[in-house]
Amino acid sequence: MRKIHLPQKLYMLLIFIFLYAPIAVFVVLSFNDANSATNLDGFTFRWYKEVFDDRMLMQSLRNSLVIAFLSALFSTILGTTASIGMYNFRGAPRKIFQTISNIPIINPEIVTGFALMLFFTFFGRLCGFEMGFMTVLLAHIGFCTPYVILSVSPKIRQMDKHIYEAALDLGCNQLQAFFKVVFYELLPGIVSGFLISFTYSLDDFVISYFTCGPDFQTMPIVIYNSLRRPVYPKISALSTMLFVVIITVLLLTNLRDIRASKKEQK
Amino acid sequence: MRSKKLALPYAVWMAAFTLVPLILIITNSFQDSSGHFTFDNLYKAWEYREVFLYSLEIALVSTLICLLLAYPMSYMISRMSEKTQSIIIMLITVPMWMNFLLRLLGWVILLQNNGPIDTLLNLIGIDVQLKDNDGAVVLGMVYEYLPFMIMPLHTVMSKIDKSLIEAAQDLGSNGFNVFRKVVFPLSVPGIVSGITMVFVPSASTFLVAQYLGGNKKMIGDIIEQYFKSDQNTGSAIALCLMVVILLFIIITNQFGDEEAVGV
Repeated sequence: MRKIHLPQKLYMLLIFIFLYAPIAVFVVLSFNDANSATNLDGFTFRWYKEVFDDRMLMQSLRNSLVIAFLSALFSTILGTTASIGMYNFRGAPRKIFQTISNIPIINPEIVTGFALMLFFTFFGRLCGFEMGFMTVLLAHIGFCTPYVILSVSPKIRQMDKHIYEAALDLGCNQLQAFFKVVFYELLPGIVSGFLISFTYSLDDFVISYFTCGPDFQTMPIVIYNSLRRPVYPKISALSTMLFVVIITVLLLTNLRDIRASKKEQK
Repeated sequence: MRSKKLALPYAVWMAAFTLVPLILIITNSFQDSSGHFTFDNLYKAWEYREVFLYSLEIALVSTLICLLLAYPMSYMISRMSEKTQSIIIMLITVPMWMNFLLRLLGWVILLQNNGPIDTLLNLIGIDVQLKDNDGAVVLGMVYEYLPFMIMPLHTVMSKIDKSLIEAAQDLGSNGFNVFRKVVFPLSVPGIVSGITMVFVPSASTFLVAQYLGGNKKMIGDIIEQYFKSDQNTGSAIALCLMVVILLFIIITNQFGDEEAVGV
């Protein structure tokens, strides 16, 4: 490993300043006493208190979390079973399956959103339902599942097939063999698929915007609606809090990974 | 484990929620509001050809700038110790956890007249319009999608076998030749997938041009505009966008390993 020279350090520092500049704006605004984006007017914690009294904002946060959890759960189940089934495909059928599965990843989000909107309004008129919680959930499961497949499939390929057969030989039925052996082999892929789905769902604006209907709102949609008004300090406060939580979780898992790899080296 | 049937639920799912919606986009593109066959929507979409070109231009410039910024960055990261690498990569992805709209608004505040950057520049006697021009739109796109370029580049570069580089040095290559003959060719799959991952979303994104470009419109903004008023024209424009993106992906895939794309 070569040492990193000063110009290189400087370059990386500049990139990081660029990446974090707009986030710093929100952290500053969340402590700003003035209800404005241009005037700084003393330090305050009041937005952090008021956020919890804002019913609409709290409701939208709850909606976002429920949607993110359910879509991560269902897409993990759907994606894991699909990955196992797909593993048994060969040649052209596998290629076709994979290509169709990747469509939501490759297709521009706005096209996916628009297409789903057409789909839900068409069948909503036929079967008499309106867009809302269910349609957002279905849409989110749809765009999360391909990511689960992408993270579980490699684990299936790496797995030693004989341990599954060994479990069967030792008297497990297929279901037991799956839950007692295979599941643990695939677990890292399943967990990362779940986490990717959860975060993508939590952050999604475009597809939710097209499929949420008139009465259902997630956090990003509330943020969008408040963009046209002067900046909303409560949203800054709430986002800063979410951001701190996420960073802490990430740092902790990262540190744990590093410790684990250190132990392995010993 | 052996059963192909496990893929059945997802196959049904994809047919319902991926294929049928796309078919609806196609059928809606060729219908008027009362359901009769027509080409009118495509004519209307054609009227937006300049917006299309503007979007592709912005996306192309943003992709190039992302590549230029990300390439040296990824190379530097790939030469650090593994622990530092994973921390730096994590720090690069962290801003993406803050909602896209908020980060966009952050730039609006930073770049506005009498905003922090404008005030600083005025102090040293520079007076420029920072917001409401194409430069600001490109800045927004580069900001939004830079991590999507750094990550695939870093993935391929960190996998380059160090002994290949040492072998090239032993055989008498100088630093530049090591780069030209070893590092660069091996990083091509990362470049290809980075280009796709930046170009596709930046060509189709909406709101960025409206907020940073002074109410300019990109093709995503036009689709959003038709979302509630005229779904047939909206579908036709979405169909055209999809075809353009598909062509782009097919062309870029000619230059590299297609497995790397979309991961």
